[in-house]
Amino acid sequence: MDRLARLLTATRGRGRMDWTDWASYLYLVLGTLLMLGPVVWLALSSLKSPSGLIEFPPTLLPQEQVRVAVPTYPAPLPLYRITEGDHAGQTLAEVRKIGLQATMVDPAAPETPIRVPIDARTKVMRLHAAWDNYGDLLQKFDFGRYLWNSVFITTVATLITLLLNSMAAFALSKYRFAGRDPVFLLMLATLMIPPTIILVPNYLIAAVLGLTDNPWGVIWPAVATPTGVFLLRQYMLTLPDDLLEAARMDNASEWRIYWRIVLPLSKPALAVLAIFSVMWRWNEFLWPMVVLGRSESFTLPLALNSFQGELTTQWNYLLAMTVVTLVPVTVIFALLQRHITQGIASAGVK
Amino acid sequence: MIGTIASQAAGRLYAAVMNLPERPMRWAQGHLPDGRLGWLFVGPNLAIFAVFTFLPIIVDFYYAGTGGTNLLPTERPWVGLENFASLLACKDYFEPNSCVRDQFWYAIWNTVKFVALQVALMLAFSLVTALVLNRKIIGRGFFRAAFFYPVLLSPVVVALIWKWVLQRDGVLNAAFVGAGLQPVEWLLSARSAFGWTVFVSIWAHMGFYTLILLAGLQAIPADIYEAAAMDAAPPLRVFRRITLPLLMPSVLVVLVLGLIRAVQIFDEVYVLTGGGPGSATTYLVEFIYNTGFSAQVRQYGLAAAASLLLAGVLLVLTLIQLRGMRAKGSSRG
Repeated sequence: MDRLARLLTATRGRGRMDWTDWASYLYLVLGTLLMLGPVVWLALSSLKSPSGLIEFPPTLLPQEQVRVAVPTYPAPLPLYRITEGDHAGQTLAEVRKIGLQATMVDPAAPETPIRVPIDARTKVMRLHAAWDNYGDLLQKFDFGRYLWNSVFITTVATLITLLLNSMAAFALSKYRFAGRDPVFLLMLATLMIPPTIILVPNYLIAAVLGLTDNPWGVIWPAVATPTGVFLLRQYMLTLPDDLLEAARMDNASEWRIYWRIVLPLSKPALAVLAIFSVMWRWNEFLWPMVVLGRSESFTLPLALNSFQGELTTQWNYLLAMTVVTLVPVTVIFALLQRHITQGIASAGVK
Repeated sequence: MIGTIASQAAGRLYAAVMNLPERPMRWAQGHLPDGRLGWLFVGPNLAIFAVFTFLPIIVDFYYAGTGGTNLLPTERPWVGLENFASLLACKDYFEPNSCVRDQFWYAIWNTVKFVALQVALMLAFSLVTALVLNRKIIGRGFFRAAFFYPVLLSPVVVALIWKWVLQRDGVLNAAFVGAGLQPVEWLLSARSAFGWTVFVSIWAHMGFYTLILLAGLQAIPADIYEAAAMDAAPPLRVFRRITLPLLMPSVLVVLVLGLIRAVQIFDEVYVLTGGGPGSATTYLVEFIYNTGFSAQVRQYGLAAAASLLLAGVLLVLTLIQLRGMRAKGSSRG
């Protein structure tokens, strides 16, 4: 028991590794495999051709069967390596397959057909990434539209969020006026009202305002975030009032003080909120699903969801689409990892 | 070169847009009595809250008291507490089949099971991970990022990643066959589908809670540990007497946040299992969604009534959280 406790508490470092260190690394490596492995597996699978995807057991890397052009045959023929019988060790091309027998030819001597039992041969494979899965998304499906819907909603909602939340935070941190503290508390209280419990009435309000089937129906209800107001207010409280006073001496208007002085100084907090907002809007699912009924207005997560319902056999496109959906988030995370984790640890929200 | 031109252009655009309200705001500044200007800044944000958060709560109560399938409140007949009564009408609450709204009670009991298992396991794993990450580890930033990464993924993406792993010809079954076992239809049996919804939701969210606990661990002053080392206190006692008590406020935050989120589980599960097989993984929010939006007959009143019952549970959890946060604040002095 004591040893277990040492494993969990010790913050030793220098010196030799003892078994608690080994156990820690083992845990972390296994954990990392479990966390990242499935994502890597998804990305690798998305590059497989439909025939590669139904291969069982699956291969790690995307592969395809090698095909060669043989004189007198119009189309390239698939290559096999013969494992048993007279021709063992040879690499032959398949002309046709009848029952359990295949008619094959040697690509170097295509005149003499050779009959081989089909279980006496293995496919000759080579690495091949099926980029078509991605290319076809744009041509065969309305993928560009979904991508655009997601990008539009995420960008516009984030910009409006930054504007409205920072205006509110400015007043709540730099002004004294009757009702200021109740307003702040009221905004914080909305943290306790999860969107799931006001789903039905919000749908009514969106319908009355003509926001259903409309990207603005996803944007407006979500732009006033209590988290954002709180984050920005706390940050703006640390900005010295002298700066504002100096600007007032120069006859700057309050609006100008807000956007010329306070906003530029609040960049770090605005950046954290921008990252949060992009993540929230890009990944949002339930509310868009309720408010966006027609498929033309779908965002990427909605399109993915309806795809997986309809096209269970077309995993190659579904996988490619999933990867496209996770790439922006992954890139942002890779670049801004430290800011994101610090922001979340300090705000206690996600 | 291109970068500077772009940033200059962005700066001009920013200035041009932000200059637009200058005249009206200056006018308002001159004409409003002192101190009222603050309302102009707070106003837009507050208006959005009013329309999309406060108003809906009131409408929610009205909906819960009306029946029919019409969306417009004026067209809905008042039925009083009938929606609540039908949700709560049960011969035996532990036997959903004996209830008028059996789906609701399946959802309730599924959610209770899910929350108990998911929160307990997630807390345990987050705590162990945070403790391990708090050690002097080479590549700590990388490991922390790896555990955190799934938190950022869209729930739909999370569900599809695991659906792909778990499908009949998937990589997990390949490993099973490789080990000489039979392949399993993971999402087609009630027990294993339930288990996987628990697993996948832990996979997707534990990084967030690990981060909170890690921040809590790093806030424990090092000199306390040094003093314990001077006294040659055994590690188990150090853990029980120092680490655990000082980490308790963070554990409480994680526990309550985890509970609040787990009660509202929907997105991942909806895509992963669709609530099935049968209703084995239908949880409370999915019941609300199905009742109000995906069923042929859209029973908004019933959905609203179920939402309010859910809101009651969440309110209790939030009050516990507030008490816990007060305790946390006072323990920090």
